[in-house]
Amino acid sequence: MGWRLTLRPYVLIVPALLLTCGILYPFGLGLYYTLFDFSASKPQPDMVRFENYETVFTQDAFWNSAWVTVLYAVGAAAVETVLGVAVALLLHRSSIVGRVLEKILILPLMIAPVIAAIIWKLMLQPSVGVVNHLLKPFGLGGVQWTDTPAGALLSSIAVDVWVYTPFVAILALAGLRSLPTSPFEAAAVDGAGWWYTFRRLTLPMLWPYVLVAVIFRFMDSLKVFDIIYALTEGGPGDSTVVLQIRAYLEAIRFQRYSFGISYTIVLWAVVYLAAMVLVRHLGTIQRKAAEAK
Amino acid sequence: MDTHAHDRRRFLALTAGAAATPLLAACGAGFGGDDNRSDGSAADDVTGSFDWKREKGTTVRALLNKHPYTDALIADLKSFTEKTGIKVEYDVFPEDNYFDKLTVDLSSGRASYDVFMLGAYMVWQYGPPGWLEDLGPWMRNSSATGAEWDQADFFPNLLQADQWSLRAGAPLGQGGQYALPWGWETNVVAYNTEVFKKLGLKPAETFDELREISGAIKRKAPGAGYDGMYGIAVRGSRSWATIHPGFMTMYARNGLHDFTVNGGKLKPAMNTPEAIAFTQDWAGMVKQGGPPSWTSYTWYQCSSDLGAKKAGMLFDADTAAYFQAVKGASPASGKIAFHPGPKGPDGSLATNMWIWSLGMNAKSKRKSAGWLFLQWATGKEHLRKAAITGNHIDPVRKSVSQDAAYKDKMKHLPGFIETFETVVDQTRIQFTPQAQFFDATTSWAAALQEIYGGKNAKSVLNGLAGDLASKVG
Repeated sequence: MGWRLTLRPYVLIVPALLLTCGILYPFGLGLYYTLFDFSASKPQPDMVRFENYETVFTQDAFWNSAWVTVLYAVGAAAVETVLGVAVALLLHRSSIVGRVLEKILILPLMIAPVIAAIIWKLMLQPSVGVVNHLLKPFGLGGVQWTDTPAGALLSSIAVDVWVYTPFVAILALAGLRSLPTSPFEAAAVDGAGWWYTFRRLTLPMLWPYVLVAVIFRFMDSLKVFDIIYALTEGGPGDSTVVLQIRAYLEAIRFQRYSFGISYTIVLWAVVYLAAMVLVRHLGTIQRKAAEAK
Repeated sequence: MDTHAHDRRRFLALTAGAAATPLLAACGAGFGGDDNRSDGSAADDVTGSFDWKREKGTTVRALLNKHPYTDALIADLKSFTEKTGIKVEYDVFPEDNYFDKLTVDLSSGRASYDVFMLGAYMVWQYGPPGWLEDLGPWMRNSSATGAEWDQADFFPNLLQADQWSLRAGAPLGQGGQYALPWGWETNVVAYNTEVFKKLGLKPAETFDELREISGAIKRKAPGAGYDGMYGIAVRGSRSWATIHPGFMTMYARNGLHDFTVNGGKLKPAMNTPEAIAFTQDWAGMVKQGGPPSWTSYTWYQCSSDLGAKKAGMLFDADTAAYFQAVKGASPASGKIAFHPGPKGPDGSLATNMWIWSLGMNAKSKRKSAGWLFLQWATGKEHLRKAAITGNHIDPVRKSVSQDAAYKDKMKHLPGFIETFETVVDQTRIQFTPQAQFFDATTSWAAALQEIYGGKNAKSVLNGLAGDLASKVG
């Protein structure tokens, strides 16, 4: 029995260790490749140390992509959070309609984002798309949704919002359902209004759940590829070329492998730092919420 | 407990070391290629008299793009198997994903596919890393190639388009034969005869006329009973494919170049005053007479708009119009005519082309069988059948283009044969061969979109030229 007990921790750690290696190996290899000038035209490359990163950071294209990525991620995560919480509050008022809507709401999450983007591309088509057809009676039938830089970015965010708002709503709804009822009953006895109760009770207690959704959506939006690529291919001009699209073009389309990986490593660092800050913030919020309860 | 902790730490350290070993090994192994490449061609191994049955029992793997030419090939594959005893297994991908799939597959060095479809531009990307088999030695070996294949029967500019010395800026037609022309497309104007007749229009002979007519159709066609019709369908998505059909054809007819080559060095030339003026005019034409949502337009949308009577004209591959023009294919079929398009200021009909070619994987283990397949697929017998019974039009072989049955099939399309014969000798690749072609043309398409969106053409094109200079110079 003794040796079994001694061995057990090592056996239990094996899956985690394999998983860690499975993550670290390609990551380390990718990191290593960024130190070379490795491309299709140079299959036996020279070591260039940090030159790829230097080139990335001195390119206007990178800063444009970084700016577009941040705009997209902040815009999508903010709208999805507000809408998601609003929808969750509506659904929380339990009714038959609410339960039916709850089932329907989850549908966009079941569609692959790339398919959703293609569907929306057709719907936003200026001459034959259903969106302009519906807007026609209001004198807005000729909108060229993805033909202008601002329009393309907003349309991409709108598709993201369509796909992922249900995700935020479901998390927020789960949070709402787990909140204790006694503070709300006390507030009702004291005659507190809906807005006061929401601001002083619901939101602070719900915030840890909302923040989890924000972290997921913000990190995911920073890494967006499929929705934008299917909708605009990064255009018009470079207006929707986010970092992932730039990395894909460099590494796959133009076959500058090292350079393309450098973009993804930079993106990884940005996502990692953002996640670290948000998770730390989440810890503080959770602690405060626990103290409030 | 202390001992435990110590043991655990040691165990973890040892395991981490073991995990790092493959990483270090990979570092030492280089970058995924195998260095034991031989300079000798596998074609030299084929000796004796030519025999179609030489590789009987072998299976060749092919990667194909979804295309009417592919449909004609697949429909005739049984003939190949009967002739050679070779089985062909194939995967077909839509064009949106096709080249990414091919690129990833070739760069992996795994040789999942022995033969594949590619364009001549891809030779510039796949040739330098050594992914493409040089077919020259196979063509020259009479043991490997039957006399009936008849190399002289190909239009010479097509065969030359797949031949390159792998040096940036070096002209085509020299060096290795990295693919074989199989089907091609010339870029011309196709138009709706019904609309033209109603509005009293004639096909444009100059670029100014083309711009004028495009705008006129957009203004007048809806009033003449063509609701939502615009003037001219041209591609506009942020892709290299936007530059090469109508745009590059008209650009070349104006005597303009993408790059100038001096002492082996490439210099971007898309920002010369003439090129800036032309690009601005092209963007203006699209704005005045082009499709709404132009920045997402690929050939699929352009082609279907002509067929759906949404576009009065199409300046693109002749095949894109052909597939809408054949009987019963679209609402506009029977009302689509072909014209060579506007001439340049000096009367030039220089035309850019696209060649669907067939190539062989340099890492293939079944090269001899693969070559028999390529020989059959680009041979007279299959191509004649594909052109007459299938939709494999724009023959790469002179004999097929002159075949009475082929001419008889195409004669009901107004102007098709005349247009083809007018431009065939002046159709060639108008780009400068270089490995950064896809980066250059994708960026060029993005620049065109920005100019269409209202940005200053001069500053956008100067920016593009500056960016490209450092990449291709």
